[in-house]
Amino acid sequence: MTASTTPMIQVENLTVGYGQDIIVDDVSFEVSRGETFIILGGSGSGKSTLLKAMIGLLPPKKGRVLIDGEDIATEDEQKHLGILRKIGVMYQSGALFGSRTLLENVRLPLEEFTRLPGRAQNLVACLKLNIVDLKGYENYLPAEISGGMKKRAAIARAMALDPEILFLDEPSAGLDPVTQAELDQLVLTLSKNLGMTFVIVTHELPSIYTVADRVIMLEKESRKIIAEGRPDHLRDHSDNPRVRQFFQREADPEKV
Amino acid sequence: MPKQTASIAARTEQGNRLILELSGRLDSDSLGEVWKQAEHLLAREQPRELLIDASGVQYADGSGMAFLVDLRCRQQERAASFEITGLPEKLQKLLELYAPPDFEKPAVKEPKPPNLAEEMGRMAYAVWSDWRRSISFLGELAAALTFSALHPRQIRWKEVFLVSEKAGVNALPIIALIAFLVGLIMAFQAAIPMGQFGVEIYVADLTALSILRELGPLMTSLTLAGRSGSSFAAEIGTMKVNEEIDALLTMGLDPVRFLVTVRVIAAILVTPLLTVFADLVGILGGSIVLLSMGYPLITYVNQVMSAVTWIDFSQGLLKALVFGLIFSGIGCLRGLQTQTGPSAVGDSATRAVVTSIILIVIADGIFAVIFYYLGI
Repeated sequence: MTASTTPMIQVENLTVGYGQDIIVDDVSFEVSRGETFIILGGSGSGKSTLLKAMIGLLPPKKGRVLIDGEDIATEDEQKHLGILRKIGVMYQSGALFGSRTLLENVRLPLEEFTRLPGRAQNLVACLKLNIVDLKGYENYLPAEISGGMKKRAAIARAMALDPEILFLDEPSAGLDPVTQAELDQLVLTLSKNLGMTFVIVTHELPSIYTVADRVIMLEKESRKIIAEGRPDHLRDHSDNPRVRQFFQREADPEKV
Repeated sequence: MPKQTASIAARTEQGNRLILELSGRLDSDSLGEVWKQAEHLLAREQPRELLIDASGVQYADGSGMAFLVDLRCRQQERAASFEITGLPEKLQKLLELYAPPDFEKPAVKEPKPPNLAEEMGRMAYAVWSDWRRSISFLGELAAALTFSALHPRQIRWKEVFLVSEKAGVNALPIIALIAFLVGLIMAFQAAIPMGQFGVEIYVADLTALSILRELGPLMTSLTLAGRSGSSFAAEIGTMKVNEEIDALLTMGLDPVRFLVTVRVIAAILVTPLLTVFADLVGILGGSIVLLSMGYPLITYVNQVMSAVTWIDFSQGLLKALVFGLIFSGIGCLRGLQTQTGPSAVGDSATRAVVTSIILIVIADGIFAVIFYYLGI
């Protein structure tokens, strides 16, 4: 591992959007190594769009995203693959391959990118499933397990090649509080024991307080970051009423 | 940064004791060879005691952990002892996180070789349930169509016309192309042998009759089955996968009445119309051959008019109507039968086309027999 001091992710003057629409306008921030970083914001504030730009699915209109010092939008195929090896992504609905069992889902990246013998791939995949508490479900199809399990399986697949950064898009959306809490614990365990960097898009307040080291909050109207810091600090001390409103779960006074 | 690799050194001691010295980076990139070597060594030596000296390990990831766990499990399976020394504390913790000491390798299901009797049973059951489903669908469709015929105001005409345009009108170019070429080629192939008897003019009779009675409706409906029947199946299949069909059901809307009748009515309307078009273009294609042989167009037209009757023409249209009913109904049925999974929609589209073609050809055969006995 390189013990360099550069931040894990640097986002510099990033502007992204679809077609003519600009969703996130000129934002900059950094994520340090081993940090659990949360992107917040109300519906339509561009959280997922920002995440897509950070993982290279959406080319930036302006600015750039550096993962471990390298531009994610690089033209160089080899370099790009190298960057992708460093990241793992859990999509909102899991995006598990429906025709493959959980084990095969997790094994797929190992088959494609490593030269481990077949038995070894199976074992690595089993351990990853074990770590997300899905031992015994290796031979299940995604359609046969619950929503929370799908998300955990998706995390296991994202971790197959031991990335340094895990991006989670709304990991706790649509889950019951107990499962949410379990998922939070999983994130904490992975972050503490494996030293992984997490970038999480969410708006579940309990999760935010449990796992976040630092949060940024996006706003729909200004298309910018309106707050940055520790969540409890923002809740109590932010001078922006919108931020306090978010953390205190109040309805918009203009709409009440 | 120089790419470091994993390395392994083995030593055997008295009393069937194997010592493996691991060093370097144990990660998914570097482990491939080392893992195979270790497997090989263990299989050959069958050590009663295995000691892993991991003091040279600088880094290990999940795959590295899996490697250690694999060695441990192999020893446990043979009730032999296993020990690790010198593993850095951080990695030790990691190992416990990945695989606590009581971790057992789960059984990975290997695909079973197919059993002939079991497979036959499965197939028979699949055919049987498909028949049952098809028959009940036929009943539902008949009921829904009867209802629509009795209450034409309740048909969603706007949607019918939309489907007619997408599934029918937009198919005009391809149907024209196929009909024209088939008419042309058939006339051309017939002109040579007929020319040997000096009766090239009868090419007109042959082309017109076969196109009106047979090829026009058949080509049109087969093309539509491939083009539009499959899209019905895919569209309804996607709705099924997205739980939109369930949404309709809970809103109290019958999917057969809501989705299927619209498409079936549209298909029944456009297939005969497109067949008329295909007939004309096909006969036009046949004329090219005779024109090129020096016959004037009027001769061709007169010959065609004397050869065919309104009965030939309306036979073709009747067939087209039934074929339209078949491909649209089957397309919708296969769509509604869509299972879950990423390949489900594709499977439905395939099944729709295959079943439609089979049924259209069978229906065509039945028509031939009926018309023969009716003497028309």
